[in-house]
Amino acid sequence: MAKSLLDKSLETELHQPLGVGRTLFSWGMTGIAFILTGMALLPLCSILLEILRQGIPNLGWEVFVSLPAPQGMTDVPNGFANALLGTILMVGIASLLSVPFGVMTGIFLSEFGKTSTIASGIRFITVILNSVPSIIAGVFAYAIVVITTHQFSAVAGGFALAVLMLPMVALTTEEALKLVPTSMRLASASLGGNSFQTTFRIVVASALPGITTGLLLAVARAAGETAPLLLTALSSQKWPDGLFSPTASMSVLIYNYANSPYPEQIQLAWTASLVLVGMVCITSILSRLFARKRSLVR
Amino acid sequence: MTNPDRAKQYLEVEHNLFQADPKNLLLEQGFTWLVRIFAFSTAGLLLWLSWIIFQDAEPAIAQFGSDFLLSQNWNVGELSFGAAPFIYGTVVSSTLALLIAVPIGLAVAIVTSENFLPVWVRSPLATLVELIAAIPSVIVGLWGIYVMIPVLQPLQLWLYKHLAWIPLFSTEPSGPSMLAAGVILAIVILPTISVISRDVLLAIPLELRNASMSLGATRWETIFKIILPASASGIVGATILALGRALGETMAVTMVIGNSAGINISLLEPAYSITSVLANEFAEALEKLHIGALMYLALILFVITLIVNLIAVLMVNIFTKKIN
Amino acid sequence: MESDNKYSNLQSSPQGQKPSDIESTTPRTDLPALRVRDLSFYYGKTKVLDGVSMDILEQQITAIIGPSGCGKSTFIKAINRINELETKVQVKGTIEFFGQNLYHPRVNINHLRRLIGMVFQKPNPFPSSIYDNVAYGVRIFDRHPRSQLDEIVESALKSAALWDEVKDKLKKSALGLSGGQQQRLCIARALAVQPKILLMDEPCSALDPITTMKIEELIQTFSQKLTVVIVTHNMQQASRVSDYTAFFSTDESRIGHLVEFGHTTEIFTKATNSRTQDYIQGRFG
Repeated sequence: MAKSLLDKSLETELHQPLGVGRTLFSWGMTGIAFILTGMALLPLCSILLEILRQGIPNLGWEVFVSLPAPQGMTDVPNGFANALLGTILMVGIASLLSVPFGVMTGIFLSEFGKTSTIASGIRFITVILNSVPSIIAGVFAYAIVVITTHQFSAVAGGFALAVLMLPMVALTTEEALKLVPTSMRLASASLGGNSFQTTFRIVVASALPGITTGLLLAVARAAGETAPLLLTALSSQKWPDGLFSPTASMSVLIYNYANSPYPEQIQLAWTASLVLVGMVCITSILSRLFARKRSLVR
Repeated sequence: MTNPDRAKQYLEVEHNLFQADPKNLLLEQGFTWLVRIFAFSTAGLLLWLSWIIFQDAEPAIAQFGSDFLLSQNWNVGELSFGAAPFIYGTVVSSTLALLIAVPIGLAVAIVTSENFLPVWVRSPLATLVELIAAIPSVIVGLWGIYVMIPVLQPLQLWLYKHLAWIPLFSTEPSGPSMLAAGVILAIVILPTISVISRDVLLAIPLELRNASMSLGATRWETIFKIILPASASGIVGATILALGRALGETMAVTMVIGNSAGINISLLEPAYSITSVLANEFAEALEKLHIGALMYLALILFVITLIVNLIAVLMVNIFTKKIN
Repeated sequence: MESDNKYSNLQSSPQGQKPSDIESTTPRTDLPALRVRDLSFYYGKTKVLDGVSMDILEQQITAIIGPSGCGKSTFIKAINRINELETKVQVKGTIEFFGQNLYHPRVNINHLRRLIGMVFQKPNPFPSSIYDNVAYGVRIFDRHPRSQLDEIVESALKSAALWDEVKDKLKKSALGLSGGQQQRLCIARALAVQPKILLMDEPCSALDPITTMKIEELIQTFSQKLTVVIVTHNMQQASRVSDYTAFFSTDESRIGHLVEFGHTTEIFTKATNSRTQDYIQGRFG
């Protein structure tokens, strides 16, 4: 008798629905979470669609080879060849400046300093440096290069971008080097390799895909930067004239033309956006390919 | 020398641990020092940067002192400068951005870390939100001018029409506004919040969740009572980090905030931020005092973001330590 | 006969010298390959080995056995000073390599590690080709003409009984080899730099029985030209391959020390220490 009573109460317990309040709360929260997630995706989709919709009609060979047309002239070829070149030029300068420092700092953090106080300090400073607003890097480059040379220039722009790239390269290099198993270092050392040989021939060589991934991500970030270039490289309607003259860039061109009264300039801003996003995308895809190569080696 | 002697000598050379290898030693020590020098220069860069900005701000600091922070007057012609409107614009737009982005970012983090959706939907979803971070902010700004503001304007008008009695909505909107800046900043910082929060949520040990579920709690009860409290320091860290980004973001804000210096309680009124004035005026600044005032502004921004980021990094570190 | 004489004065300390006094910087090939005196070893401040003294003789195979955590791995890592790379270590007492103190401050540590090679528990080939793996150690010390390097690689691979299996794919990635092949590649890689001593830290623990057999056979072929120290948790393995056996164990304070050392046959048939007997008969550990 007692047994069947227990069975019965157990059965009702198991089949008893949750209270109305708790059910509503569950469903309501799930609904809200999904609506908010949808809202998060909305701008992204809208931005990408708009870039495609506005950018594609004007996308032709012409934009890659011509200079920007003078204001108000609609019958001459209109393009951003100089800006494209300027962006590549300044990102190149930035890479040349930041990669040696960044990679070496990454090597220090992962191979030499490891858990020492000095390394923790440098790592911390690098993380903080990584979060310095990009316009501050621009102000710094303005003070260092523009004020000293009395000239807005590609070098100043490249310097500003290098300040932004450096901590990124350093931190991603450290991460990539840390992924190399310690047993590789021990194997090299047990064959008599010194720290230089072990680091370069084994550790860096094994981590090269990872380092490249980090580098490409830094390049992609630098290519899209605008604020620091506004006060260092300025802009230009002409081809780059040496490293020490104002230089056009894709991002600054987009900014300058965004509020233009001339429709063809706004059009060009959208097309430049499409090309810039394309460049960033290609770099990111390349970096993912490198990352995949790394996982295959493992 | 006899043969056995030579053999012995050879053996001794072969077994000698003290064989000097000057070339290798030099290479190794040189390399070690080189790595150290590069690493210290990277750290030194932050010091150099701080020093240069402080030094160049010096003339303005000497001229205006702390009045600079409270003065509302920014007039290049009269060489009188005050930072209050810019600081106000930066702080208010960033706060607005956080108010919008935190709930949304948290929702994304929860949806993509819980198993509401199959994995093949969940991870691409997370990547997609992350993708926003890859879009150059100048392009977000361009979109802001031509897509977001036209969409936002009817809402701003509605707010003005029906809620004008609230000071926040008391002026007639013209398009670019503090509100627009807040919304676009929210979009820019969203990935920072959602990505880090997602990592934080995924780092919460499974046993904690299982323990709660096995006591009969529903999923959302578990989320609110167990998972969110356990990950609080990490999520707060993510939020502060996002705040740092919002304070320093330049292009997207400059393009939609309206660039009009003045302090107005209404969010529908155009405003100005520190970053915007730096972007707009630096290239044209000629007067030493003007440059100095801009450097002073840059210094203020730098110090604020430095403090904010320091706190954020410490919070995330605390969380990581707690989890391990 | 000669080696037996050297062994006879093992437990007593060397005549007229305290261990720490020996600071010879010229090798003495008439001494044992390794002479360990009163070696204590610390990771940071934690003591893991206490007062180990033993002589390891040239061209003999010495097995180190003992329960896990008894410091046997620490001991052989101390011999080529590889554990310094992972953590801060502290050493008391001496290890001499043909009469030269390994921990003398002027020791060329890279040269030391080349003369005292090591094979690790898990195969750890570099993520490069088979050829480059073997050639790596040779290349970092000297430039060799290609033909000479080819010869060194071939002979090392032959010594590791791997040549026939890989001679047609020397340029292929070493990571494509099976576990046993990878371990033999690591052995070939260690042999290529012509070490005087080869340390092996449980080289078969990650391998299947058949591959283990192959490697054991291989180790036995080394004794003509090489001194081998092998750590193993497998007592059959120790009895099969080694000439001498050292039994390490821990005391109540969890610090490892040497319990007994002698000819393998003696240790396995008539060990004097009861703990050794217990361990060998499987009664503990």
